This record gives sequence, C-alpha cells and structure tokens, in this order.
Amino acid sequence: MVHCFKFSYEGNTRYFIWDIESGSLHSVDCFAYLCALNRYGNISDKEKAEFDKIPVSEKKEIEEEFEILESQGVLNCPVSENILPTKSGGEIKALCLHICHDCNMRCAYCFAKDGTYNTPKDYMTFEVGKAAIDFLIEKSGKRKHLEADYFGGEPLLNFDTVKKITEYAKEKCKNAGKEINFTLTTNCLNLNEENARYLNNEMENVILSIDGRKEVHNRVRKTANGKDAFDLILNNAINFRKIRGNKKYYVRGTFTALNTDFTEDVKFLSDVGFDQISMEPVVLDENNALAIKKDDLPKILKEYEKLAQEYIERRKGEKWFNFFHFMIDLKGGPCLKKRLTGCGAGSEYIAVTPTGEIYPCHQFAGDKDFYMGNVLTKQFNTDIQKKFANITVLCKETCKNCFAKYYCSGGCSANAYHFNKDLYKPYETACEMMKKRLELSLAIYAIENNL
Amino acid sequence: MKHINTLVKNCLNKSENSGCGECQSSCQSACKTSCTVGNQSCVNKDEKVNIKVKKAD
Ligand code: SF4
Ligand code: SF4
Repeated sequence: MVHCFKFSYEGNTRYFIWDIESGSLHSVDCFAYLCALNRYGNISDKEKAEFDKIPVSEKKEIEEEFEILESQGVLNCPVSENILPTKSGGEIKALCLHICHDCNMRCAYCFAKDGTYNTPKDYMTFEVGKAAIDFLIEKSGKRKHLEADYFGGEPLLNFDTVKKITEYAKEKCKNAGKEINFTLTTNCLNLNEENARYLNNEMENVILSIDGRKEVHNRVRKTANGKDAFDLILNNAINFRKIRGNKKYYVRGTFTALNTDFTEDVKFLSDVGFDQISMEPVVLDENNALAIKKDDLPKILKEYEKLAQEYIERRKGEKWFNFFHFMIDLKGGPCLKKRLTGCGAGSEYIAVTPTGEIYPCHQFAGDKDFYMGNVLTKQFNTDIQKKFANITVLCKETCKNCFAKYYCSGGCSANAYHFNKDLYKPYETACEMMKKRLELSLAIYAIENNL
Repeated sequence: MKHINTLVKNCLNKSENSGCGECQSSCQSACKTSCTVGNQSCVNKDEKVNIKVKKAD
C-alpha cells in the first residue's frame, strides 16, 4: 500500500510517496506522483486527465523505477503476515493520578465537567496515593521505568499531597530497583515561584495549559469566579519557562471551532518565548458550539499546512520551536509492539481517582462499565485489562488500510467509545487531522533535512 | 533515478518487536500529553525527537 501526497513550500509543490508497510519515504516529481496515483489506485478524474498528458516514454521510465523500488521492498511492500504484538503479561507501568476532582477554572470545553468528573469535589489523600504507588510497583513486574502523572481537576489545588506522594514514590521505587518519573499538568493559576521551583526539581515533565492569544484564552477559559484568566496565568507560565532551562516541559493549548486560525495562537506562544508547543483540537459532541465538526475540517487541514510553513521558517532561526504533532522519529522510532498498541490505556496504563477507583484512563473515569477495581482493596478486574490489551490497530477495520496506522496506532479508545460506542471504531474527525499531521511531519522532515 | 529520490528506507523495522515496555506511555488525548507513537522514541536507541537540538545551519 502506498500513499501519495503533496506539500507547497516557498512557492514550490513537493510530491511524496509514502510506502506504508515498509515505512519508506520517496520524493518524486509531478509525473511520478501522477503515475503512482494511477498505478496504486485513488486517482481523481482531474489527475487522470493530467496523467493522460504525460509522454509515453516518461511513463515507461517511471514504471521501471517503480519496479526497481518494489523489488527492493521499499514501494508497495505487502502487508506482512503474522505481525502480532508480543503478548502482554499484564504489567502496569503508568498511572494517571487524579489528585483532585476540583478546579479553580471553568473552561467551557472541559471534558471533566469543571474538573469534577461528575463526582463530589474529591481530593486524593496521601493514603490513596500511597496505595496507588504500591499497586503500580506491585503490578509493574520486571519493568524498570515507571511513570505517574498528576492530573485533575487542577493538581496544584492539592499540592501538599502531590509532594508527599512524590517523595514516597521516589523512595519506594528506589528500594524496589525502579525509577519513577512524574509529570504534572497545570492551568498555571497557582504556579507561583515556590510551586514552580518545586515542580522544576521534582517533575520529569510539566505541562502548562495555555490556549494562545489573550482573547482566545479568555473567551473559553474563566476562573471559578468568572474572571478572565489570561493575565493571571501568562507571567506564571513565562516565569516557569525561565526556571525550567533545558528540562522537559511544554505548553499545550486547545483550539475550538472559534479559533480555527490556531497558527496565530502557536505563533503567539512562540513569540512569548515558549519553544515546546502543542495545540490540540477540542473534543466535544457536535452539538456544542465549540466543537470541531466535519464541516470545519477542510479549513483546519489548510490551517495545519499554514502552520507547517510557518514552522519551517521559524525553525531556521532564533524562533526555533518544536510542535508536538510535527515531530517524527524516522530513525529510532518505537518497536512494532508499541506501534500496534499505542497508548496502552487499561492494559499498561491506568487512572486512579481520588477515592482509589481504577479506570482504563482518565477519559473513562467514573464510567461504571469501565470500573476496574480499587487500589485500597487491591481488587482488580483483569478481564477489562485483557480486553484493552487485545485492542491493536490491526483489529480495527478502519485502520487496516490507513496510511497513518503505524504512527497513530489506532487512535484514542476513549474517543472511539464516546463517539461511536465502540472501542474498535476510531473517531473519524480526529483521524482526518492525524493523517494530515503525519503527511506534514514527513514533508517537514524532508525539507528540513534538505532531502 | 530520474523521477524518484528515496529519502528514507524501511524506517519501520518490523523485525524489531521487542516490546520491552520501557518506553514512555503515550496518551494522545487533547487534554493530556498529546504524545503519539509518531513522536516517540525507543529508549534503546539514540535518536530522540523531543530534545531541543538547534540545527546548526
Ligand atoms: S488515523 Fe484513524 S484510521 Fe488511521 S490508524 Fe489512526 S485511528 Fe486508525
Ligand atoms: S484511550 Fe485515549 S485518552 Fe485514554 S490514554 Fe488512550 S489516548 Fe489517552
């Protein structure tokens, strides 16, 4: 299977052929692009008319080049039989700790219902956190690298507990011969100097949530008492960035149907000094005014192209930055198992709520159908775990012929479930954006490496 | 070749299926770490994508 795509940069159109099964990228001229579309299917009427105009001698040359590459296994490589991920032994390596189901912001698009997950405003106690860490260590088997991320609600509202759990976990893991890395996601409201210093010392990664331009942020993100949040958070975030140096962090924003010109927000974040940036499409039911609807997609896909062009420009000079969805590792990417299984929700990754309940991930928290047990009682439903461990990109009908399959790994199970009531049926709107971002990542890779 | 320039060959090394599980978990949801397998590296290899390496040009 091959996928053909193009990308315009500095007035030139670049043509590419991506061989899905071998993971080979070819840069081609327009004639070869048209010939590939014709040879491997999916040529439109307009392109067919163009194709018909190519001189026969050129077509013959191109066909011969295709045949050479096919014989080398780097073009139209067949789907390998018997590629199955190695069986999971049921180990768990990562936790999402819902440190509190409460928040000091009221963002219009919050999936967790103002951070509460429709539960009373619970705060995790140290006892629950400790039990969660013990549970993780016990279930991690031979895994050496463990992870926990503090999530909410807003984790800084229960910061003393964060500190106690972190201290406990580091000590306990050390004694167990393991290493644990922490991540914390914050809306930055309480990210004062003292908190920032602590996070800088103790966290492997810190995620700062800012949506971009002031008016974009304030339109959807208010404080709990209804104030605009932007002016209250930006300096905290910038200060943290300064303290952070070269350690891992990133700013993440959410774009909605109201700012499909999100390149401006990414540029804003870059202009104020952030160099690790992520901008995510909001995920909401289509009847919500902020939701990204199918009709918005053409505009959004175009916007990603615009962002890619800006990205290449900025990365040439002082305003260099990373955009998470344009990063691609074509040399040292993960092994096949990882590519086939993706996030590992419910199998090697679990979420623990303030009361100790276990769910496949934060997006399933509170859904009784996905209740897996409790860290306090150590009761754990391995049937649900096995069900999630069996989800691979190869079992999903829609993914079988998708050119992004080894990079996307089949999308987010929670989105699939919430939109299509089926863990195996990916959420199409997200697929379209994922595919576009993969094309752009490949094109950027080629351009940046002068290929 | 006149029309085709192969930029990357066989970057999906399917024979490498160790599945040692030591790599970072990769939630791709919008509210989270937005990590996909695409932007991830293998802990056993050198290439890293999310490290700040300014290109010397
Ligand atoms: S983009 Fe969609 S269809 Fe393609 S692999 Fe991902 S989830 Fe599957
Ligand atoms: S199911 Fe979705 S939200 Fe849950 S961990 Fe996986 S990618 Fe993230």
